[in-house]
Amino acid sequence: MEFAELIKTPRVDGVVLHRPFLPTVEGTLCLTGHHLILSSRQDNTEELWLLHSNIDSIEKRFVGSLGSIIVKCKDLRVIQLDIPGMEECLNIASSIEALSTLDSVSLMYPFFYRPMFEVIEDGWNSFLPEDAFKDLESMTDEWRLSEVNKDFSVCPSYPPLVAVPKDIDDETLRKVATFRHGGRFPVLSYYHKKNGMVMMRAGQPLTGTNGRRCKEDEKLINATLRPGKRGYIIDTRTINVAQQAKARGGGIESEANYPQWRRIHKAIERSNVLQESLIKLVEACNDQSHNMDRWLSKLEASNWQTHVKEILTTACLAAQCIDREGASVLVHGTEGTDTTLQVTSLAQIILDPSCRTIRGFQGLVEREWLQAGHPFQQRCAQSAYSNSKPRQEAPVFLLFLDCVWQILRQFPCSFEFSESYLVLLFEHAYASQFGTFLGNSAAERAKLSLPEKTVSLWSWVNRHQEIERLTNPLFEANSLVIWPSVAPQSLLLWEGVFLRWNRSSKCLDEAYEEMVHIIEYNKELQNKVNSLRRQLAQLETEDPLLQTP
Amino acid sequence: MEFIRLPKVENVKLLDRVSPRRSRVGTLYLTATHTIFVENEAGVRNETWVLHSLVCSLEKQAATSSGYPLLIHCKNFQVLHFAIPREQECQDVHLSLQRLSQPESYEELYCFSYKPNVDDEERQNEWDFMNLKADYSRMGLPNAHWKLSPANRNYKVSDTYPADLFVPESATPPVIVGSSKFRSRGRFPTLSYYSKENHAAICRSSQPLSGFSARCLEDEQMLEAILRSNPCSDFMYVVDTRPKLNAIANRAAGKGYENEDNYSNIKFQFIGIENIHVMRNSQQKMLEVCELRSPSMSDFLEGLESSGWLKHIKAVLDAGIFITKAVAEEGVSVLVHCSDGWDRTAQVCSVACVLLDPYYRTLQGLMVLIEKDWISFGHKFSHRCNHLVGDPKEVSPVIDQFLECVWQLMEQFPCAFEFNERFLITIHSHIYSCQYGNFIDLNLLPSTHSLWSYLWTNRTDYINPLYRPDHSQTQGLLRPSTAPYCFKFWRGLYNRFDQGIHPRQSVEDYLRTIQEETQQLEEQLASHKQSPTASGLILLPQDLNQTSIFSLSNSSDPESGIADLSCRSPLSEDSTRDPDSDEAVYSAA
Repeated sequence: MEFAELIKTPRVDGVVLHRPFLPTVEGTLCLTGHHLILSSRQDNTEELWLLHSNIDSIEKRFVGSLGSIIVKCKDLRVIQLDIPGMEECLNIASSIEALSTLDSVSLMYPFFYRPMFEVIEDGWNSFLPEDAFKDLESMTDEWRLSEVNKDFSVCPSYPPLVAVPKDIDDETLRKVATFRHGGRFPVLSYYHKKNGMVMMRAGQPLTGTNGRRCKEDEKLINATLRPGKRGYIIDTRTINVAQQAKARGGGIESEANYPQWRRIHKAIERSNVLQESLIKLVEACNDQSHNMDRWLSKLEASNWQTHVKEILTTACLAAQCIDREGASVLVHGTEGTDTTLQVTSLAQIILDPSCRTIRGFQGLVEREWLQAGHPFQQRCAQSAYSNSKPRQEAPVFLLFLDCVWQILRQFPCSFEFSESYLVLLFEHAYASQFGTFLGNSAAERAKLSLPEKTVSLWSWVNRHQEIERLTNPLFEANSLVIWPSVAPQSLLLWEGVFLRWNRSSKCLDEAYEEMVHIIEYNKELQNKVNSLRRQLAQLETEDPLLQTP
Repeated sequence: MEFIRLPKVENVKLLDRVSPRRSRVGTLYLTATHTIFVENEAGVRNETWVLHSLVCSLEKQAATSSGYPLLIHCKNFQVLHFAIPREQECQDVHLSLQRLSQPESYEELYCFSYKPNVDDEERQNEWDFMNLKADYSRMGLPNAHWKLSPANRNYKVSDTYPADLFVPESATPPVIVGSSKFRSRGRFPTLSYYSKENHAAICRSSQPLSGFSARCLEDEQMLEAILRSNPCSDFMYVVDTRPKLNAIANRAAGKGYENEDNYSNIKFQFIGIENIHVMRNSQQKMLEVCELRSPSMSDFLEGLESSGWLKHIKAVLDAGIFITKAVAEEGVSVLVHCSDGWDRTAQVCSVACVLLDPYYRTLQGLMVLIEKDWISFGHKFSHRCNHLVGDPKEVSPVIDQFLECVWQLMEQFPCAFEFNERFLITIHSHIYSCQYGNFIDLNLLPSTHSLWSYLWTNRTDYINPLYRPDHSQTQGLLRPSTAPYCFKFWRGLYNRFDQGIHPRQSVEDYLRTIQEETQQLEEQLASHKQSPTASGLILLPQDLNQTSIFSLSNSSDPESGIADLSCRSPLSEDSTRDPDSDEAVYSAA
């Protein structure tokens, strides 16, 4: 297919762009295969470059022969284009609609994008499972890297290499895979260096209504327990939801068959409920009525903050079991690709200081989300403005980022990165020139040859300029466990995402600059004093008379 | 003291609201001024001090296995939950505290027994620190349009007004007296703030005694005089801060509001801020939400909404913005009143001042503003804050709402204020604590101490590190957004004592430490320039690249590695030290 077929009117002059808190721009609108571009054709004026894939939905309005297109983006921005001429406007609208809903992944922009920067380190190779396993090997010899899934046949959503208990052979893994949803047999998620406890994740056990059991499954997870110790299974579903899953072949680990494990049920919502929640929250944020009661009741009714609280609470619970109780943990929900990953990744943020660095956080996203098979393509296909009925869409990853932001707000000096890093990941998960978040699993990414055909987001982020932009000036390495508060009073609305386009951030940005200035100035003086002290020491060694008596 | 039935109770439990595991056992002491709980644990001297004057309510609850519970709510939003072993002891403590926390005469107030080590001359100086005349001259008064009126020198015209008042140049004593007779409590229209750039003024008064048809020539002349004192404008606003219905109801009682037909060139405007009773109930509802044991997100948000608190805060700020726009953008003078003109009027005038004039956003300026618009204009602190035993229907968090409006503005303009949140919270505490004489009857002041002087002496604790006098946010007027999502729940005040829910690292404290270090470095560099060889540089103990603000070894928080910087209590005597405060506030399943 040629993009040209979809573009009926590639260029319109005299288009006026309206954006919140920015002056209007008049210029020429151009449509390309992947971008909507508006240029005033004057020097020094900002142009609009909008990826079609960032467009969530559009609305058309007509007043006489002047048409307007309201473009609602996945990053929650809303802009308006006033287009002279009814026909042009209709053509532009239908082209945008077609180009922003392309079905074929291989037509996406990352396959066409050529980097305008020098790739110093190829991000596709930055976080290989082999490397992560080397770190693990330096701490323990109880685990091995299994190649049982090297052709993705045992578990289509797992990566080719997974860490499993050393004494469990591949044959056992194959058997266990048949007993777990989607073949997701329990694998290592996190090893807590401090006490040797581990966190594993899996899909739900397929016990069904007649209480099927799998000895190999029991053997596998028991292999992670120290003699005489009990472990915790954290099921992210309520007991009712988990029981109902039996009718569809799923289920829970029964106490009879898993006597060494204590099962705890939590209530993290999933799929459509979350998508609905996001839509309601964004609608509340965009409400213009200036009515306090209305705002608070809409915020409450969206349930977004409830989800944040529930996810954080469950992550704290998992971290507590590991760090405070000294017990190993297995986390699963239904598929083990959504709520499970929220919990395992947030628990690591709490427990492991290395996840709170810029690079460590990339590693975490790579391990616990991309490699672990979170279906990004399905989940992030639409955002809060979509009119179409949600299918697989759900802001699971956005909720995770929101939770990280909450912890960052409570420990503003313990993260190497600033809020803008989290916002950046949100944007790129939904629309990007990079291939990182394309596909739904390692298998799909391999099939699409993404590492060969697209650029990794990490290649771009891990450059000096970007790292500098994303670094938190307040960062002081904190090697300890950080326990966030989950009280409602402690959890805030993430304004940087949800009110980003609704309010001017000028004063807050200025405060941030002021903060940076205070810290920079201090560093400058430190350097001066240190260099003077070195000079002085030099003088002292050269001239014995100057030495202090 | 005769009110103390039982000076000491042993084996008392101080229960933790969130997790029962963290309850502590100790001895409870009642002194003339404080309730003191001393924890028994060997090795730690853990004390909780609570001023009697801060106690707001006492509640005995049904006996439990841990004893006879006594719940103490404080005016600074601290909640203490004791369990006392024997019923009689609980009864005695309850009765003693009930009496001690409700002084019947001014002499019983804490400010008369609070005797820091300061001699009489110094104490006198404390009171000279605040000088309102200086603020009026800062505004450029008196001038050709406004004069200092001696009319109220002996508090004869209005006993709730200050002696020194500014009135329009053309307002003669008969006009003043005549107008005052037509206003509740004699509170005639007088100047609150003057903008020397454009001559527009904010004036304040109480409601006119207009009933359904009464007129007063002098009052009409008074408003005319205010209008004429602003040569650039041909009309003025009269803002009634009450809901229209309330104002109409007042007409039946011979009070009411100005009839536009009788006053020349006024634009009359209602701004619906609710009365003190609505505000009291609203805050009470909000505090109940703050105290829920482990609320869900919905419990909290629903409760916050149904309390209506943020809606009321928004109403006050909206009113302040209306006046600010009139004065700064239209150059039009405004007369503000409510019923008596000492609650809503004080709120609205002072909020407008903060928005209009950068001076009121400085440490000194905010103190001056509270002195001017609240203390000198007769806000009834002892009734509203329940300093003395009195009518509970007179209690209302009017000043809390003003302080919260300032806090909400600080959230929107982080660089615009010289002071920090701690400053507001400290002021709030001391308005209620009665430790200083500022908020009690003026005639009794000389033997007490002044809060303003205390705050000024300790000002380094209250400086906002992001404030710079030359910063653009510091200049001119503030234009806040009043979209509902800009109003936040003030956790730092209403959940102040729930340490577990506050951020564990404070950006502000971090920056303050950095700034202190920067200052030392500047001094060293300066001394080095003067005499390079005898430089102070030698004295530095360690290489500066190694500085760590949150020193891990000295940490008071072994879990999070965070030095305990945030809970320094402004009231040196009621600080609560809680060694276990750093657990996450959820409990294991």
